[in-house]
Amino acid sequence: MRQVFRTATTLLTAYYAYMLEYRAELVLWVLSNSLPLILMGVWNQAAQSGRFGLSPVDLVRYFFAVFIVRQITVVWVIWDFEKEVVQGKLSPRLLQPLDPVWHHVASHLSERLARLPFALGLVVLFFGLYPEAFWLPSIKTLLLFLLVAGLAFALRFLIQYTFALFAFWTERATAIEQFWYLFYLFLSGMIAPLELFPAPVREAVQWTPFPYMVHFPAAILVGLPVDVVRGLLVMLGWGALFFVLNRWLWRRGLKHYSGMGA
Amino acid sequence: MPIIVVENLSKVYPVAVKEPGIKGTLVHFLRRNYRMVNAVQDISFEIDSGEVVGFLGANGAGKTTTLKMLTGLIHPSGGRVRVAGNVPFRRQEPFLQKITLVMGQKQQLIWDLPALDSLKINAAVYGIPEAEFGKRVGELVEMLSLEGKLNQPVRKLSLGERMKAELLAALIHRPQVLFLDEPTLGLDVNAQVAVRDFLREYNRRYQATVLLTSHYMADITALCKRVMLIHQGQLIYDGSLDSLLERFAPYREVKVELANPLPDVETFRRNVSTLYGEVESIEGREIRLLVQREALTRTVAQILADWEVIDLTVTDAPVEEVIGRVFRAGVV
Repeated sequence: MRQVFRTATTLLTAYYAYMLEYRAELVLWVLSNSLPLILMGVWNQAAQSGRFGLSPVDLVRYFFAVFIVRQITVVWVIWDFEKEVVQGKLSPRLLQPLDPVWHHVASHLSERLARLPFALGLVVLFFGLYPEAFWLPSIKTLLLFLLVAGLAFALRFLIQYTFALFAFWTERATAIEQFWYLFYLFLSGMIAPLELFPAPVREAVQWTPFPYMVHFPAAILVGLPVDVVRGLLVMLGWGALFFVLNRWLWRRGLKHYSGMGA
Repeated sequence: MPIIVVENLSKVYPVAVKEPGIKGTLVHFLRRNYRMVNAVQDISFEIDSGEVVGFLGANGAGKTTTLKMLTGLIHPSGGRVRVAGNVPFRRQEPFLQKITLVMGQKQQLIWDLPALDSLKINAAVYGIPEAEFGKRVGELVEMLSLEGKLNQPVRKLSLGERMKAELLAALIHRPQVLFLDEPTLGLDVNAQVAVRDFLREYNRRYQATVLLTSHYMADITALCKRVMLIHQGQLIYDGSLDSLLERFAPYREVKVELANPLPDVETFRRNVSTLYGEVESIEGREIRLLVQREALTRTVAQILADWEVIDLTVTDAPVEEVIGRVFRAGVV
């Protein structure tokens, strides 16, 4: 246990230092996730001129929450992993008594920490610009949000890492992620809140993993009605499915690995 | 006691084949053709604990593929491997604790951070206690003359320093079996000597077993008593370096500097083998010949009688030349 704790803190410290080497890039990464803020403006305009289930303030808060969720759940493991496999950099990691995935987990977690000050700065700026949208969620809501957003990150990481394992067979595993991202973009609630979707579509989407990666935590934060228990169970179900698939692909993939270039 | 046991090891790779040109590209897109490549074919050997063995072969002969199978990076197509009693491909912790692989330019150090940060990760991953870690780093830094270099970002180190830092990272868990693939590639002569001396010292101090590939014959002659030659995936020689040289270097190299250039180089080349030996090179007035050892005295006398000679030296043929001949012939 002490060994696990030491490995975790050492990895996190090293990758945190690594992330801080990229000060300027960090700001750009935070800003590159500002699509929800742009959409917020668009929907806000639309809501003022039409009839929606959500008021303009609701919409502004929703997209603000989406922005926060995206800050917490950004995942890029497939790009790093594909590079490691194609360039043979996976080899030295495979020779260490630690599953190479923990390097990626550590780099993602410490990046969250490194971008935190910038994201908080944007939160302050946001409420400075939209004081009418300001609200304070209860502690209970906030804690539930953090739990669900953490799970959303874990699920998104697991799914993308599972796709990344196809790099053992194809040199361009990222193509799978790009295809998947199309569904993610529309069905996760990033472009539009699911409340605005037709009821049958909404019902069907509830059984896919997509809304749980953005809409579910965002809705919890702003207080839109969601079925928390069902949501958590669906997340758990998809998580279990992808975990089994992931481990199976990992074993098969290693047999196929040729350590290209190394 | 053998620490590495290899029996009938093979590896077959599928390689996609594509004809050049647009037509070939379209055919390749619609229907992939694969050719099976026998990278390693049915090789067997044993290496005793504490031995330093040189693994030689031309590019693409199967050296690296063999090393990858021995370290468990790739799955063998056939045969058995045991390293320190373990099946490498299972990559179990007791096995990983005992081995290391150093591959030429491949970096395990994090590029933008000081090497010490990467070393700390290794220490945690291998479960090396803090105090012991400090001791080992100090010891290796001294052996590798890396004082003051571990606090600089890796990208700021020179190639030689980086290679030494990579070696340090690869050895911090004090492995018993070292697989080294071109550990001196791209280094200048001084750095090569330093790495060589270090490896010799490491082997002596910890009785570590070393299997080493290198294109620099000096690495092999300095470190290895035993060599294995691999050619087109097959092991064609396994024995002492000395007897290999004796068998394949029954020649001496005779360098002659003539007072006047040869009048007719072509005729000289045609007749030289019956008269003196084999021509290695002719550059202006300087001729290099490979002469059978037993014919040496007679040949030198003959040369001095036939030509006006300014200078004449006799040396052993370089090891590279000898090994090169073996590979060209493909048999031992």
